[in-house]
Amino acid sequence: MTAEAMVPVPYRVAGRVVETADSVTVRLEPVGEPVPEARLGQFMMLYAPGIGEVAISVSGPGPMHTIRAVGAVSRALHDLTPGRVVGVRGPYGTSWDVEDAAGHDVVIVAGGAGLCPLRPVLTAVLADRVRYRRLVVVAGARTPAEFLFPHELAAWARRHDVEVLRTVDRPAEGWTGPVGFVTEPLSALELDPAATRAFLCGPEPMMRACAEILLAKEVPAAAIRVSLERAMKCGIGLCGHCQLGPLLVCRDGPVVDYTVAGPLLAVKEL
Amino acid sequence: MTSDGTVTIDLAGLGGLVDALIRDGYRVIGPTVRDDAIVLAELDSAEQLPAGWGVTTGPGRYRLRRREDRAVFGHSAGPQGWKRYLHPPRRKLLEATADGRFTAGEPDRTRYAFLGVRGCDLAAIAVLDRVLGGGAHPDGSYRRRRAELFVVAANCTEPGEVCFCASMGTGPAAGPGYDLALTERIDGDGHRFIVDVGSPDGARLLAQVGTQPARGAEVRAAREAVAAAADRMGRVMPAVDLPSVIRESRESPLWEEVASRCLTCANCTMVCPTCFCTTTEDVTDLSGEHAERHQRWASCFELDFSYVHGGSVRTSGASRYRQWFSHKLGTWHEQFGMSGCVGCGRCIAWCPAGIDITEEAAKLAGGCS
Ligand SMILES: Cc1cc2nc3c(=O)[nH]c(=O)nc-3n(C[C@H](O)[C@H](O)[C@H](O)COP(=O)(O)OP(=O)(O)OC[C@H]3O[C@@H](n4cnc5c(N)ncnc54)[C@H](O)[C@@H]3O)c2cc1C
Ligand code: SF4
Ligand code: SF4
Ligand code: FES
Repeated sequence: MTAEAMVPVPYRVAGRVVETADSVTVRLEPVGEPVPEARLGQFMMLYAPGIGEVAISVSGPGPMHTIRAVGAVSRALHDLTPGRVVGVRGPYGTSWDVEDAAGHDVVIVAGGAGLCPLRPVLTAVLADRVRYRRLVVVAGARTPAEFLFPHELAAWARRHDVEVLRTVDRPAEGWTGPVGFVTEPLSALELDPAATRAFLCGPEPMMRACAEILLAKEVPAAAIRVSLERAMKCGIGLCGHCQLGPLLVCRDGPVVDYTVAGPLLAVKEL
Repeated sequence: MTSDGTVTIDLAGLGGLVDALIRDGYRVIGPTVRDDAIVLAELDSAEQLPAGWGVTTGPGRYRLRRREDRAVFGHSAGPQGWKRYLHPPRRKLLEATADGRFTAGEPDRTRYAFLGVRGCDLAAIAVLDRVLGGGAHPDGSYRRRRAELFVVAANCTEPGEVCFCASMGTGPAAGPGYDLALTERIDGDGHRFIVDVGSPDGARLLAQVGTQPARGAEVRAAREAVAAAADRMGRVMPAVDLPSVIRESRESPLWEEVASRCLTCANCTMVCPTCFCTTTEDVTDLSGEHAERHQRWASCFELDFSYVHGGSVRTSGASRYRQWFSHKLGTWHEQFGMSGCVGCGRCIAWCPAGIDITEEAAKLAGGCS
């Protein structure tokens, strides 16, 4: 690839599902040549013409992206109606090594939008359920109305072969589940530490706290994977924005194991 | 020619070399005096080289001075690196239309010839080659310019007060990567340049210029003068394992101490010949029918640089100085397998607070041992 590595290809919004008050899932289809298919946990750079470009995880096949409107670019992407064109570059970054979890217990911990890059992990494990042992999903949201993929979460919760633990920071009318951070249900879990593979995504303090709990339960750091978030402008190791110590998160991440992430996340403002 | 093929050219020969490069379609970039500094600019002839000018440098200090001779390469690094031609401060990445066509900015087809590239700066180009041209998704704009580049290196015999390339292993002799390398000599035999040929292109260009065979003794003297320059540098980088020293110093009080002096002005990053960071800017015309995306140099000293929705990761000056310093001398090794610093000393001379990267490294190394 060349300078053209920084030039997106056009995709059309083919479907749009409202998830919460500020999040939607869009399905994209290529206008011309498609980009390669993403591996679990990878991200694309999505370009809203004239507004800007941001890193967005692939949350499902198509590709699908789940976008929370928090600033100018994400708002523009969030507001796109079917038929509109966006620019797509990617897929970039490292991926969740779900193969490595075969024959193991799988623990997925997601805080808020952290569920976006983890949804493909769940889908993959469920598609080949017999190859994995226990499957636990711990999902947190600020309020009950802010869970992403609420129908899917409910459908997974109804299955006998998945344990879904949902918790909210603040309750609302009708919520009968637990109130508190994802750390609470995670702490209460009885794990077989040597046979556990954990996949974590959410705000950094959440990932650190969860990793500490898992480490205290004697899950090895190498069996804990986290997906990191840093400012990204290029997504391909050229702009320097996403530095985290020795890592260029766009190139060496976003998924890294906790032997690497742990010492870095412990340093303030690194 | 001597047995190793070394030749000399005189000032007229240097002029001939510049002319030959221009005839060949190159834009020749070299040092020239402007605004009380030796800057890089396009040269029409060798006459524009800074004959008889030297510089005096120190922490936060850079002054032109008259030399006693008419040396054209008798000055150490000026504020600009060659980076600005290979990795320009601003360029158009793409244009977009409302109906969703994205086209790359027009590629720059300029063929540059750089005249007077020092060892440190040639090493800096090698760093950029690795960072911008050597990854899985290389910067095509950089690669195109780089592929066309012709390099006339200048071996250094007069290092300055802020130079420390010898301790970085990047000078004073220009390493591989040049087409031609000159060693300037002024003595009883006159003003001339010992020429080493580094590539077939270099040989082809040199064939268009009047050359004299170099005498063995003269070549030896030139080599010795370059080697001796290693001992006359104003500074050294401490000979310790900097990446691990820095890794172990993430929580050092030194960062707060430097931050009390650092203005986070980003000068050090702008003058550094290896700093490559950029950001993007999006613009639209009023109708919204046409959008453009530009890339421009950015710096880890800018507060916005680490902005993720909600706030910046590195808000304190201490964390931003730590990021810069740790990247140059430490994590660059992990990311690209080499140091991000080539010892040119520009960041020392152009820091308004006179902060000295070698001094800070020495403090850190001392504090760790
Ligand atoms: C690997 C990865 C995966 C991600 N996946 C998802 C996902 O699946 N879904 C999702 O919704 N989000 C995701 N994000 C977050 C996403 O990339 C954006 O950061 C987020 O959407 C905010 O973008 P924004 O421009 O709308 O927000 P803003 O808050 O406006 O700004 C974010 C970006 O714009 C620039 N910016 C805006 N304002 C300023 C300012 N005042 N000063 C400096 N810079 C500014 C910054 O450079 C910054 O990068 C992911 C991020 C990463 C790194
Ligand atoms: S860090 Fe300073 S001395 Fe090192 S290459 Fe950059 S400007 Fe030159
Ligand atoms: S170290 Fe010096 S040049 Fe660099 S940001 Fe601080 S004050 Fe500016
Ligand atoms: S986002 Fe540009 S280097 Fe990682």
